[in-house]
Amino acid sequence: MSAVHVTHGTRASRVGLPLFILLLAVLAAAPWWTDRQGMRLLGEIYAYAALASLWNLLAGYAGLVTVGQQAFVGLGAYALFSLSLLLGLNPLWGIPAAGLIGALAAVPVAALTFRLRGAYFAIGTWVVAEVFRLFAAQFTALGGGSGTSLPASVVASIASGRAAREQLLYWLALGLAVVVLLAILLLLRSRHGLALAAIRDNEVAARSCGIEVDRTRLVVFVLASAGAAMVGALIFLQKLRISPDAAFSVNDWTALVIFIAVIGGIGRVEGPLIGTAIFFLLRETLSQLGSLYLMVLGAVAIAVMLFAPRGLWGVLADRLGWQVFPLARRLEAQAAGPPLRAPLVSTPSSREPS
Amino acid sequence: MEWINAIIQGVLLGGLYGLFAAGLSLIFGVMRLVNIAHGDLIVLAAYLALVVTGALGLGPLTSLLLVVPLMAAIGYGLQRLLLNRALGDDLLPPLLVTFGLSVIIQNGLLEAFSADSRRLQAGAIETAALPLGGGLAVGVLPLLQFGVAVAAIAGLQLLSWRTPLGRAFRATADDPEVARLMGLDNRHVFALAMALSLAVVALAGVFLAVRTNFDPAIGPARLIFGFEAVIIGGLGSLWGTLAGGVLLGVAQSIGAQIDPGWQILAGHLLFLLVLAVRPEGLFPRLRG
Repeated sequence: MSAVHVTHGTRASRVGLPLFILLLAVLAAAPWWTDRQGMRLLGEIYAYAALASLWNLLAGYAGLVTVGQQAFVGLGAYALFSLSLLLGLNPLWGIPAAGLIGALAAVPVAALTFRLRGAYFAIGTWVVAEVFRLFAAQFTALGGGSGTSLPASVVASIASGRAAREQLLYWLALGLAVVVLLAILLLLRSRHGLALAAIRDNEVAARSCGIEVDRTRLVVFVLASAGAAMVGALIFLQKLRISPDAAFSVNDWTALVIFIAVIGGIGRVEGPLIGTAIFFLLRETLSQLGSLYLMVLGAVAIAVMLFAPRGLWGVLADRLGWQVFPLARRLEAQAAGPPLRAPLVSTPSSREPS
Repeated sequence: MEWINAIIQGVLLGGLYGLFAAGLSLIFGVMRLVNIAHGDLIVLAAYLALVVTGALGLGPLTSLLLVVPLMAAIGYGLQRLLLNRALGDDLLPPLLVTFGLSVIIQNGLLEAFSADSRRLQAGAIETAALPLGGGLAVGVLPLLQFGVAVAAIAGLQLLSWRTPLGRAFRATADDPEVARLMGLDNRHVFALAMALSLAVVALAGVFLAVRTNFDPAIGPARLIFGFEAVIIGGLGSLWGTLAGGVLLGVAQSIGAQIDPGWQILAGHLLFLLVLAVRPEGLFPRLRG
């Protein structure tokens, strides 16, 4: 007899989720209410939202703090360019193919870097990304160190005409970000998600309950790598040009992504989305400051880490109990009789206050 | 003969990598902090030396008399004001705070000095060489740099095992709570460790600046070389760190001998090989 069952939603998520879906519908209609530049900016925002969500999944949920996400962004981009330039594959098919290649490459990378613990893991992933970059620079078929562009014939095979192509790529960018977000939500709602919460709260206790810690982490790492590779492929399909330094840039694909996740809030799915919004607001207002702007961003991230380590969304969620996505796990009595209000088993907060 | 020469150059270059690694290893040992800004602090020291030599007309080696204490003071202040607040059970804050610091230092240097390549001029000593016979020769400067690396590591080793400060370092590393109960002020001990680490960083930065061109963006690669030397040598062993630096230097110069594009890659591949075959490093003392 099952006397209790698990509910995920809260009153906040019953309001927040429909609002979020409404927002998505408005964004999907963007080609009718904004110009080409607006669409390009939104496309970039979706890419960063996806990358920051993936980094948050790794660092905030699986304890895998990586500084090497650019390895998979660049790998995906190079996979798409090689497949369409050298094998003649349609670039649109190159995106899922890049995801597959990213997942396959993630297995040996994990086998090596998982031997390093904590912060050393972070730098280890960075070394892997550097190795990828240096190999890409030796790859003469794609222009070696100076890179290459997609020829007009390949670009034309995406869609007929520039406007149609940009619209298609816009929807792909939005669609990919939604797919990444949905995949993360489903993963966190699955038994792997429960295992991740257990590992995060106490790794030793999780092991003693029979959770295979390294296996769970491997699953997350492979999925996040596949996601980053697909996002990378799409970013460079929009740029139409690739070079090792741009594709494997630690600043563009990891530093900014980390700042976004930190400012928005690590360890909650909503955090990186809020962080992306703040980041683009800051960028659009401060970008004329040049390198000063990056210093401001770094300082803001440090201040958030020290004074509000759960980020902006974490502060809001702790104070007001907000959640957009139904991820909490709450035990409730099912049978009639005195209501059994068991305490929360797990909330999406990243860590206990210390 | 070319190959022997490449290996000798690699060994001497390894001394510099040992210096990069020693400061990193020291603070990891004392407070389990991995300083992502380590490479950028090396570059900061190089620019400090550039300013000091330019303003006072000193040679690079004499400028160490100012740069070393300056960097040590920066280290002490950084630890007291910023990094001590980030330390704790959680891994993320120190990692992300030093990551933010790295971006701030890089862009600050870019703002102040532009992206142009700079170099410290050391005068006649730059081209002086000692003949070894058989057509081989070693530069006086690389030799001096290697000697300084060995002396610095020997000094750190002596300090750790023979002085009250070293005892405080080891006690805090073993158990910070008990060390506090015994009357040690952890915040002060950590700040002294960071000061010492940045003093070594100052040595590394000045020798780097004399050896090659530098610009604000080269810090992360120096962090990676230092980190690779630490892992190849084995965590927690200072002499192992030097050995790791030497192996890395030799791998890089052998790689460069094969093809200039392979210099850095060869070092990374050696690191990955060690990680695959002997993840505890070649001369480990600490576990995990």
